[in-house]
Amino acid sequence: MKINLTLAQINTKLGDVEANLAKHMDYIQQAKSEKADLVVFPELSLTGYVLQDLVASVAHKPTEDDPIFKHLLKASRDLDLVVGFVDEDSRHRFFIASTYLSGGKVIHVHHKVYLPTYGLFDEGRFFAWGDSVRAFDTRFGRVGMLICEDFWHASPPYLLWLDGADIMLFSSASPGRGLNDKDKLESAHWVERVIKGYASMFTSFVAHANRVGYEDGLHFWGGAALFDPNGEEVASGPYNQEALTFAQMDLNQIRRTRARLPLLRDERTALVRNELDRILSRG
Amino acid sequence: MVDLNLSINTDLGREILTGFIRSEITRVGMSRAVIGLSGGIDSALSCALAVEALGAENVLAVRMPYKASSQDSLDHAQLLIDQLGSQSKTIEITDMVEPLFKLDSNISRMRMGNIMARERMIILYDQSEVFKGLVIGTSNKTEILLGYSTMYGDSASAMNPIGDLYKTQVRQLSRAMDIPSPVIDKAPSADLWKGQTDEDELGFMYKDVDKLLYLLIDQRYSPQEAIDEGFGEEFVNAVTTRIRRNQFKRMMPPIAKISNRTIGYDFLYLRDWGT
Repeated sequence: MKINLTLAQINTKLGDVEANLAKHMDYIQQAKSEKADLVVFPELSLTGYVLQDLVASVAHKPTEDDPIFKHLLKASRDLDLVVGFVDEDSRHRFFIASTYLSGGKVIHVHHKVYLPTYGLFDEGRFFAWGDSVRAFDTRFGRVGMLICEDFWHASPPYLLWLDGADIMLFSSASPGRGLNDKDKLESAHWVERVIKGYASMFTSFVAHANRVGYEDGLHFWGGAALFDPNGEEVASGPYNQEALTFAQMDLNQIRRTRARLPLLRDERTALVRNELDRILSRG
Repeated sequence: MVDLNLSINTDLGREILTGFIRSEITRVGMSRAVIGLSGGIDSALSCALAVEALGAENVLAVRMPYKASSQDSLDHAQLLIDQLGSQSKTIEITDMVEPLFKLDSNISRMRMGNIMARERMIILYDQSEVFKGLVIGTSNKTEILLGYSTMYGDSASAMNPIGDLYKTQVRQLSRAMDIPSPVIDKAPSADLWKGQTDEDELGFMYKDVDKLLYLLIDQRYSPQEAIDEGFGEEFVNAVTTRIRRNQFKRMMPPIAKISNRTIGYDFLYLRDWGT
């Protein structure tokens, strides 16, 4: 099976969910005209990133009667969507979230499990920590979603892999930093390196959609990318500008790669569990 | 000594900084910028970035000489205006600041310098209203860290595109953007009095202090680790003391908290809120 993937690296209006929804609908329409099967938007694509005290006022629930999500759910009848938003649970905890919409239904919601609260980041001050990492079934096979800092840690992609994900969809609002004499920012270089690494080690497709634009002095660098199960780059978007990146995922490549390189077959999960049990029970 | 390379990819830096100016001005419904052009390298670079971001016709470069300002400063500013093709204006500050100087026959050079810097701020913010443009800052990372500026004077701006570039990086980017070489090559000076130079006043050279600041700030070296890398103890101590003592210049004035929700502590929004 071949899937037409679209990575939408967009700028957002900080705290203006309706304006951001309108942009989503525009890009979804463009992607549809290019025969996309799946469009992935960045982290917090409906709200903007440095929300601080705006968190409560931009939160939405991904339901059919929600004034924002009803439009996205309707659009998902034509093509699958991943969008970033602030999710509010029934007890009014606020999460950085990504949801996978398909066929007019919410297939999965992921709550960011690693909230960077150091350096320029202050997410833990404003958001609740997600507490699960789960793969889920889609019409294209089993998929996993992670949000930015989630994949700066090795364990969430590893868990998704073991949980059956052959396609990993990563979204970010990654501020550019570390300008030196190289041709890429340190932050862009780092992210691209680890994503390539996951695709290689997990013999899976790994896609990444990252924000562009500015929020005060922060700038988001874009650079959407898709890597195949050999760890090769299939497509990449430009840096620092809004763009749709179209890429085809040939799912048969998973089989070809794993026939050559049976890392999944040979993964010793019982050994991992034993050693984790030992490490965690120590002391 | 540790290998210190502060050089930057100027193409990428230029793209990010011009994007910043364009974004922060257009998102509030404006399209123009105002910059005080001293004839020095920092304001030259800010102006060149603004012209690239907004177009020459949308940038107003303002020269604001005092009677004792060097002719070179005026000429160098004009050189840049001619090269960039920006709009320009010259407003002499002598008649505005002299009455204040005359109130106190014992007025110090430092006070006069501060008054001139703040007078220029008043003019820029007034021209901001006339030209319908935002004031672009011209302070670099070195001087912000060292506190080498007049609070609410040359440090005042609506946004600062070069405040995360050390002085040596300002020079590198200026060369890449074809700033006229007399502007780049001359000794940096606030030109508040005759013969003043930054490096004389600070007591060290930018090329040295930039390397030290890069270790202390960007690379998070402790002062002792910097000394172990070969920087003089006295030099390191002088710089770390300057950084600490000038923290107040880098902040909004603290508000005494008495309510449950206080601006700056738990009323937190970016300036770009809603845009």
